[in-house]
Amino acid sequence: MIPAAFEYARAESTEEAIALLVEHGDEAKLIAGGHSLLPLMKLRLATPAVLVDIGRVPGLSYIEERGDEIAIGALARHHDLETSAVLKEQVPLLAATAHQVGDPQVRHRGTLGGTLAHGDPASDLPAAVLALGGTLVAQGPNGRREISALEFFRGFLETALGADEVLVEVRVPKAAGAGWSFQKFNRRAQDWAIVGVAAVVNGTTGVALVNMGSTPLRATAVEEAVRSGASVVDAAAAASHGTDPPSDANASSEYRRHLATVLVRRALEEASS
Amino acid sequence: MTVGAGTFSGTPVRRVEDPDLLRGAGTFVDNLKIDGMLSLAFVRSPIAHAAIRSVDVTAAREMPGVVGVYSAADLDLPDAPALMALHPAAIRPSLAKGTVNFVGDPVVAVAAETRAAAMDAAELVEIDYEPLGVVVDMEEALDPGSPAQFESLGGNVVIGLRTGSEDPLAGADVVVRGRFENQRVAVVPMEGSAIVVDPTGTDFDLTVHLSCQMPHVARSALAKLLGMDPKRVRVIAPHVGGAFGAKHLSAEGVVASKLALELGRPVKWVETRSENLVAMAHGRGQVQYVELGLRRDGTFVGMRCRMIGDAGGYGGFGGILVLGQTKLMAQGVYHIPAIAFDVAIVTTNTTPMGAYRGAGRPEAAAFVERIVDMAADELGMDPVELRRKNFIRPDEFPLTTVMGADYDSGDYGAALDEVLRLADYDALRREQDERRRRGDRMQLGIGVSTYVEVTGGGAEFSEVEVHEDGTITVKAGTSAHGQGHATAFSQIAADQFGVPIEQIRYVQSDTALVARGRGTGGSRSVQLGGTAVLQTSKLVVERAKELVAELLETAPEDVVVTGDGRLGVAGVPSKALAWGEVARVAAERGAPLLVQHDTERAGSTYPFGAHVAVVEVDMETGRVVPIRHVAVDDCGVIVNPMLVDGQVHGGLASGISQALWEQFLYDDDGNPITSTLAEYAMPSAAELPSFVTAHTETPSPLNDLGAKGIGESATVGSTPAVQNAVVDALSHLGVRHIDMPCTPERVWRAIAAAQAGTLPDPWREPRSEMAGFPREGAAGEELERGAESVNL
Repeated sequence: MIPAAFEYARAESTEEAIALLVEHGDEAKLIAGGHSLLPLMKLRLATPAVLVDIGRVPGLSYIEERGDEIAIGALARHHDLETSAVLKEQVPLLAATAHQVGDPQVRHRGTLGGTLAHGDPASDLPAAVLALGGTLVAQGPNGRREISALEFFRGFLETALGADEVLVEVRVPKAAGAGWSFQKFNRRAQDWAIVGVAAVVNGTTGVALVNMGSTPLRATAVEEAVRSGASVVDAAAAASHGTDPPSDANASSEYRRHLATVLVRRALEEASS
Repeated sequence: MTVGAGTFSGTPVRRVEDPDLLRGAGTFVDNLKIDGMLSLAFVRSPIAHAAIRSVDVTAAREMPGVVGVYSAADLDLPDAPALMALHPAAIRPSLAKGTVNFVGDPVVAVAAETRAAAMDAAELVEIDYEPLGVVVDMEEALDPGSPAQFESLGGNVVIGLRTGSEDPLAGADVVVRGRFENQRVAVVPMEGSAIVVDPTGTDFDLTVHLSCQMPHVARSALAKLLGMDPKRVRVIAPHVGGAFGAKHLSAEGVVASKLALELGRPVKWVETRSENLVAMAHGRGQVQYVELGLRRDGTFVGMRCRMIGDAGGYGGFGGILVLGQTKLMAQGVYHIPAIAFDVAIVTTNTTPMGAYRGAGRPEAAAFVERIVDMAADELGMDPVELRRKNFIRPDEFPLTTVMGADYDSGDYGAALDEVLRLADYDALRREQDERRRRGDRMQLGIGVSTYVEVTGGGAEFSEVEVHEDGTITVKAGTSAHGQGHATAFSQIAADQFGVPIEQIRYVQSDTALVARGRGTGGSRSVQLGGTAVLQTSKLVVERAKELVAELLETAPEDVVVTGDGRLGVAGVPSKALAWGEVARVAAERGAPLLVQHDTERAGSTYPFGAHVAVVEVDMETGRVVPIRHVAVDDCGVIVNPMLVDGQVHGGLASGISQALWEQFLYDDDGNPITSTLAEYAMPSAAELPSFVTAHTETPSPLNDLGAKGIGESATVGSTPAVQNAVVDALSHLGVRHIDMPCTPERVWRAIAAAQAGTLPDPWREPRSEMAGFPREGAAGEELERGAESVNL
């Protein structure tokens, strides 16, 4: 209910945030919308000594066209994504996925950068960015580097971000007119997905899975099957290949595997129609 | 506004409570700030069953702002209050002594200047536990070798008893059998437990602001536990953010009170949500083995019930409900000539059980309505037809059931007719047939329940006073915590006095302002508190009429309440006196217009109704979507239909939720795995369908209002309707039963098993220990009487 004591520093710029991360090392944790970190802190499951607040760093909330891509500032909130005219036109999968995250309070506070950097396998937006083949831009003491979404998620709540890096931008390819689908299966509207599937069909087919392993996962077996000309049903049958879904109070791993098959089929059907 | 007698009752008067609540002017306990007030935090056991080897509070005591850190050894604490003890050996201390018996068991209390300081210090308390064997499953707890909490009980069975008919299934052509789980649920009021104890006031030795349902009961309990004079203790229940049966003086409240006295400073304890899910009593928690015998034509012959009730850690009093209200209501709305009812009540290393919305009656309706549906399926009868065939008829009331319940009034067929009409049952069945024929992915399930429950019973207090400014103060010993008594009871009084409702000032929930009372629980308030207000108002009016008769030189029987705030002579509009004037004269004569009155003890009333639930089941995923719920609830004569609908809406949400979503779960080691609202599936409005509510009004002969309770009825009726609907959606596949909550995975497994031809038998024999329990004797009867008095 009340987090353990911590120091609080508000960064006015990305550079200042990076300097604070360098200064405090492992003790520090970035906070933006706070919707992943604060619950953990209130339960005292996370006890960072220093919170570096990047929530008010200016200029990181944009959603704009940039060549063949849409570039999104890491501080864009889920609500910005779900209501963005540019996204609805160019990458409707991302806008629609953002619309299904949590509840209105979460969507007005949570940020795209935050949910990606947290790397929760049960979160919706990482799967959408994965399916789209997005690119993430990290900034550290030595400048910026790009990381493919495919390389970003390393383990449970573990990403390719360095301890002194800030995720500043997410870019996804424009996909106006592409087929897409986001299938979220949960028991209550505001819940995390028991299983979710993001799919985009745009010449090639990208499929990613929510909550089917320790990280957000690309459904590579499904994609390969589609590439080799398999039917939707046959491709969907490969949905759980290479996954390691958890068993919890909501669902056994066996049931999650079944759900993945059903939801991938529905996603491919919807994205192909 | 001109009003006449009888203008308000029966109309949807807007809640007089809402302006304060909507404007943030609520008086919730946590809003209270008193100079010098300390905050309490508890260190709770992270282990389900363990011996406490040592407690080290040194580091915690040294933290800034900490005033004291206490274990049971440091305080001369009374035991935790129990509304009723299951067994003299099963006693819960207010702080754990020697052992901990569930995850969440409070072991150490930290008092500090701020809440944050108390919580920080609590983290530093070191407790050395020696883990003991754990029993989580209530059926495993029947095993005499299961790890026991109380040595003197020699196991976990607190009460084991066989009652009723010895051979209830004799003469049956067909017997249907089912094992049903009525799962453990958490209560989850919007506001958790909360208490402020102030020993610094001058008028009382202790002033307690307690989020509770029964301030007078809490005062008696606290005074007794602390050895104080009840007159020197004041308990106030301010705005209460929901209670649902679970809000009473708690173990933590006793610790807070003791510390306030010891330290001479006000002490506040406000439960966090994480604490609430493990510390507040849970509800339900029964495993029910039910066998119903029928003739081929559908006539019920008899029923055999073997029931296990989970009392949780220390033997929470909710464990007794299986032997109380569940047993009392086992006959439901039907003629069942012979019933055997065997009971085991067990302790487990889980949160202690208490009362939750319905408290034993939903558990009864759930198994009765489930087994009736199974019987209909077995006989190939429509479930509606089978129910009708066995109904108790309207001309048979009052009637004492074979379970000993004195049903006051009822017309079960009328409620069923109405719900079928509103739901257009035949059209729903046609739609279901269509979908089955087409093999739709979304199949339709239609569930029916017809229920009766038990509410109220006992006496209640009221006080009514007319003031010289014409306003009227009305008090009652019930204690609203969301129900809207201020509105409903003011309606009742305003009708008697012929005044606008704004002229009534309603007072409740404070032992210093209301002389006595039993509080609110068991859906008792309107029928008892409302009746007390009605009777007391009439007594005041009677006294006023005598005075007016004298003043206007007429006979008392010629004096009438005019309906415009006056008393006058019938047929002579010019001869009348305003209420304030009458009050002034009465006061001058030394006999103010004030009456205190207790109603005579009344028997319990038996509300009833019929529900139709409609669900869609996704045959690929097992997901159940409730798409329609039609509820016809008969709570006798209605005072305020809007308040009744509010109770029904909330009740439906609770009841539907038990059928589909909520379950409090533990792993095998007794660790709660649904201990936050991320895991514990409380629904929101987004999950629920629109409700269709309607009422038949069959008056109760047992009170002047003709009213019955409505606070829990919709919960009782809705759960089985929804569960029946889920099973009904799959009945064409051969599915006979799915336990609650009907989760997507459970439903998917049932579909998969049906398709594979591997459906499990919904029946198995209960554990053999139950056959060895003694038959009901003197001791058992005494227990039952006790159980029936617990009606929350």
